[in-house]
Amino acid sequence: MMARFRQNCWFEPALIALIIIIIGLVLPSTYYFRIATLVLIAGLSATGLNLLLGYAGQISLGHAGFVGIGAYAVAVLPAKFAVPSLLAVFCGTLVSGIVALIIGRPILRLKDHFLAVATLAFGILIAMVLNNEQWLTGGPDGMAVPRVELFGIRIRSAQSWYWICGGVLVLAVVLARNLLDSSTGRALRALHDSEVAARSAGIDVARIKSIVFVISAVFASLSGSLYALFNGHVTPDIASFLNSIEIVTMVVLGGMGSLSGGLVGAVILVVLPQALSFFHEYEHLLLGLLMILILVFMRAGIVPTLAARWARGRT
Amino acid sequence: MLAQFLQFAMSGLTVGAVYGIVALGFTLIYNASGVMNFAQGEFVMIGGMVTVSAVGAGVPLPLAALIAVIVAASVGVLLQRLAIEPVRDAPPVVLIIITVGAALVIRGVAQIVFGKQLHKLSDFSGDTPLAFLGASILPQALWVLAGTVLIVALVWLFLNLTMLGKALIATSANRLAAKLVGINISFILALAFALSAVIGSAAGILVTPITFTYAEVGTLLALKGFAALVLGGLGSPLGAVIGGLLLGLSEAFAAGYLSSTYKDAVALLLMIAVLLLRPGGILGHAGAERV
Repeated sequence: MMARFRQNCWFEPALIALIIIIIGLVLPSTYYFRIATLVLIAGLSATGLNLLLGYAGQISLGHAGFVGIGAYAVAVLPAKFAVPSLLAVFCGTLVSGIVALIIGRPILRLKDHFLAVATLAFGILIAMVLNNEQWLTGGPDGMAVPRVELFGIRIRSAQSWYWICGGVLVLAVVLARNLLDSSTGRALRALHDSEVAARSAGIDVARIKSIVFVISAVFASLSGSLYALFNGHVTPDIASFLNSIEIVTMVVLGGMGSLSGGLVGAVILVVLPQALSFFHEYEHLLLGLLMILILVFMRAGIVPTLAARWARGRT
Repeated sequence: MLAQFLQFAMSGLTVGAVYGIVALGFTLIYNASGVMNFAQGEFVMIGGMVTVSAVGAGVPLPLAALIAVIVAASVGVLLQRLAIEPVRDAPPVVLIIITVGAALVIRGVAQIVFGKQLHKLSDFSGDTPLAFLGASILPQALWVLAGTVLIVALVWLFLNLTMLGKALIATSANRLAAKLVGINISFILALAFALSAVIGSAAGILVTPITFTYAEVGTLLALKGFAALVLGGLGSPLGAVIGGLLLGLSEAFAAGYLSSTYKDAVALLLMIAVLLLRPGGILGHAGAERV
């Protein structure tokens, strides 16, 4: 009965929503709300990338590029063109989606390392533009992001951002879960196992890859917008190679092909630097070690490995 | 006019030579093991960094360079043994992420050991420019070009004239068949990583007086090496070097005649364009993969 319940496509989103609510009720101070909000924001981009990397098996080393587009949309549009922040979020998402649609189809024809390098180049190009177009983006120092007003109320507190980001994340997970349980999701898994077999079975491989790429770009962009609005300041670092790698590491660490895995990865990679004060100093080293160790010793990632162990223990 | 052209061409060939060697390093490892080693740029960084530190500690330049090459080769072998070998049969995506992780680890260690600042090595034979048809050429640029020719020639000789080199080629052609004739595959794979690290670090030593080096230089170098690879055609060692030179030239001319702000973007755009306009054509075959 429990197993049947777990198969229901509402189980995972409901569980995640419940955890977010409980944590929101017990967190003691603004400091913790701040970190928790960062986890939710990171979890959003990890969820998107997980669809692409974990389920479709297509790598992207440039997803921070989309995060950057989303972040700078809410920074540049309100400041320079007097666009309201919420509309700017929508514009950023739209631009990311369209960019993903345009570059996705040709880029996703590429395989493995070609795809990895093409997406890496895309991310670096975005970061380059953000660094160089000083008149628009403020250059390497970044720029301030105007605060959001909702119904005339200025949203500042970490608590309100926590609930907003939590809501967005749950929506994203519901959307992702539904996608995965649809015929598109089955096509994705077929594609992951064998592209040739999927194509032979009549699956429009290019279309499916393109859909997932757009969705993952939209999630990344949205998480960038939320981050910028929450943080009040953005720098081009948000689109950096290291940030792309961080999202990849979250997915690999938590579990490719497990939505809750991606979120667990986000929790670890956001909380760890806060808990270990030396983390930032050795960020490259620790991220790299984490990636290698997980892939060598626990290739499925934390959540799927633990789930398998638990299932084995019960039978 | 001519002088300016020559000036750009010379600087293009100099950096292009380094891109070509990075691409050659990619090719050696890829051909032997099927792994695209994203830590390739880090070998170049190690070459420059270790030489700078050793020279700073009073070691004479040739000895410092030798130490740097040995350090890089050891890192290459360690990378193969500790990170690649345990997951040899993993899907390509996993191998890509592993080598990216390895690149981060090497970079992180370099940040700790050498610091995050720019490092400079003084020119091998003075920095008085030589005048040539109105263009001024740094002696170091000649070192880079001559060094590149030497490296490429040595790699060619090694691959074609020694038993080990032939074993490497055999492994690239067909791993199972190579194993059947008694070639120690595991040793050959480690050798490919070591060789690739040796030439990468040598290029790093040669070019550091001109371009400086820093712990994070590897990402862009690897990307450009890969771009060179794409231009020249994946799998061909000579193509890799020619691709590198072409890339260096286009970068230098774009920076000279158009704008230097987006100098680094040239390689990336060029690579994406080639990848997209000739899908599959680079690899020499199109259509569905064989199963």
